[in-house]
Amino acid sequence: MAAPFELNDSNVVVVIGSGAGGGTLGTELALKGIDTVILEAGGRHEIEEFENDEWGMFSEISWLDKRTTSGNWRVAKDFSGLPAWIVKAVGGSTIHWAGASLRFQDREFKVATDYGELPGANLLDWPITLAEMEPFYARAEDKMGVTRTNDIPGLPGNNNFQIMKAGADKVGYSKCHTGRMAINSKDRDGRGSCQQIGFCFQGCKSGAKWSTLYAEIPEGEETGKLEVRPNSQVLKIEHDKTGKVTAVLYADNDGKVQRQKARLVCIAGNSIESPRLLLNSASSMFPDGLANSSGQVGRNYMRHTTGSVYGVFDKPVNMYRGTTMAGIIQDEAGHDPSRGFAGGYELETLSLGVPFMAAFLDPGAWGREFSSAMDMYDHMAGMWIVGEDMPQEKNAITLHATEKDKYGMPIPNVHYDDHANDVAMRNHAFKQGAAVYDAVGATRTFPTPPYPSTHNLGTNRMSAKPKDGVVNKHGQAHDIRNLFISDGSQFTTGAAENPTLTIVALAIRQADFIKDQMSKGAL
Amino acid sequence: MRILDKRSKLSRRQLLQAGAATFVTVKVAASGVVIGDSWAAAPASLKPETFATLVQMSRDIYPHDRFGDPLYAKAVDGLDAAAESDAELLKLLEDGVVALDGAAQSAHGKAYNNVGWEIDRVKLLRDIQEDAFFQKVRGHLVSGLYNQKEVWALLGYEGESASKGGYIERGFADIDWLPERVQ
Repeated sequence: MAAPFELNDSNVVVVIGSGAGGGTLGTELALKGIDTVILEAGGRHEIEEFENDEWGMFSEISWLDKRTTSGNWRVAKDFSGLPAWIVKAVGGSTIHWAGASLRFQDREFKVATDYGELPGANLLDWPITLAEMEPFYARAEDKMGVTRTNDIPGLPGNNNFQIMKAGADKVGYSKCHTGRMAINSKDRDGRGSCQQIGFCFQGCKSGAKWSTLYAEIPEGEETGKLEVRPNSQVLKIEHDKTGKVTAVLYADNDGKVQRQKARLVCIAGNSIESPRLLLNSASSMFPDGLANSSGQVGRNYMRHTTGSVYGVFDKPVNMYRGTTMAGIIQDEAGHDPSRGFAGGYELETLSLGVPFMAAFLDPGAWGREFSSAMDMYDHMAGMWIVGEDMPQEKNAITLHATEKDKYGMPIPNVHYDDHANDVAMRNHAFKQGAAVYDAVGATRTFPTPPYPSTHNLGTNRMSAKPKDGVVNKHGQAHDIRNLFISDGSQFTTGAAENPTLTIVALAIRQADFIKDQMSKGAL
Repeated sequence: MRILDKRSKLSRRQLLQAGAATFVTVKVAASGVVIGDSWAAAPASLKPETFATLVQMSRDIYPHDRFGDPLYAKAVDGLDAAAESDAELLKLLEDGVVALDGAAQSAHGKAYNNVGWEIDRVKLLRDIQEDAFFQKVRGHLVSGLYNQKEVWALLGYEGESASKGGYIERGFADIDWLPERVQ
């Protein structure tokens, strides 16, 4: 059969979401000859439609459906209606991501064993190891064109990076470089090289940055085996009396509810929508939500410790010129309890434009203390903290008791309380980041609180035993063999690294597994 | 290093002319500085006095001494436009300014815009900073003020870059004051 597929075609694999997980998985399946439909809630906006305009693109492609927040995290106070900044469009968050592509460390797959007793932390070892992941990390790095792998040179260091490097050298850090970035430093794979445009978060207008929108999906579509349906928001997953999933209900472009039959369903809606969908698919057979015998669906929500440090200097920096995140210090990413916390963190360069700086530098602040900082905008350097936050069962996506979306489905609430370990790590990172800038003569530094979460993880986690999580080592639901999770909600723990490379590697691996199981008649 | 010229592109004559075209009165101090505290526009929904007070309040919330009043007035334009179709917002703003003027009268015997020292006006704002009225105005200014191209130019931010070839040949790495050149 060839795309487009009939609603009644029960032979298709239905993938929900087209980002790093869904876009990669759908393409890989199509390349293996498997009929696949990707249902994407957002619209399709190609590169020509991207604009170098922070608020403009934010309004155009962000996930802005209503969500509520609770818990002691500052995001609930500063951005109560915006727990996460992710993308609702074909390509998902690979449209606006920075491109940072780091492998997990070996020990980060088994932190429950290493970190010992951390009261309140629902730690669990992954059911896979780095050794098992290595071939898939290698394939992902090649696919995405990650600098410092596959003979791809590192990107050149912009002004913001040069400040970080000068400070890192003075402070005694030895692992500072321009990062492992999925951004072409030279022409590769039919895409041009980085023009240092400086609007990575608004969609890469040169196509140098990898995104499933233009680097994966078209390749899948060319096989004739992949159909991407934009403006198709999935509402519910249906199952038969044996518990096998059979179809997906979605609202189409006109708001009309359609039913697409499915042989397999792979959910990749990012870590708020994916568990929400399972919970909204509750039935008499699955009263707590689909695939939720463990009770862990929606739970263990992680978002990395994050936070930023900005430094003001007496001379101009113009940090907005060039890539937003091609710079990293990795010295603090190890596990060193003598610092007062478990786990580690990466420090990565970060730049925001004036519009976003006004919104995020110090939310709620006003008066001369704030405006004097904005006056020094072009004398600022910035970095972002990516640290391993602790999974806690109570940090969870749950269905709102009363509020519903325009389709009548309960909206999600995102609850998050900082763990003491998270706070200790963040404070250490604030101090170290400031030290880096002080070493270069910063006249003023700011500890900026976490933004609405761009890394959302853990809410359908992998586990060896069904009682501890939602999916097995292949992302296959413990309870339902033809149901898969294909996004970052699979993560058992968050590690100190940006998640996208791991999501892509897991999707490549899951595609291999699905093909293998199908050819054995097991799926 | 390629540095931007951040001086305002409007001459003082242009600033004054803009004032005369859109505002009822403009006060010019003996020093020649244009003072915005008596500006009143011909707004779409807000009373002129309310508009003028919001302009001064906006400057007091995010004071930039190099920003001319038109930039703050443009920000308040946005609130005025939104209030045209939002009766609740209009009431919040009108009542808020009335209350603010009341507090200014109690403390200083004058309306907010006539309280001469910034430090005194800021204290009045600090007293109401948790209130819905203050939060609405401040929240609006985050984009209402800082999403203006003239403001970007004054802060040294160049905005859109792809059509100019990005920064690869326009100084993305031209910092020249660090102790040693780094790779």
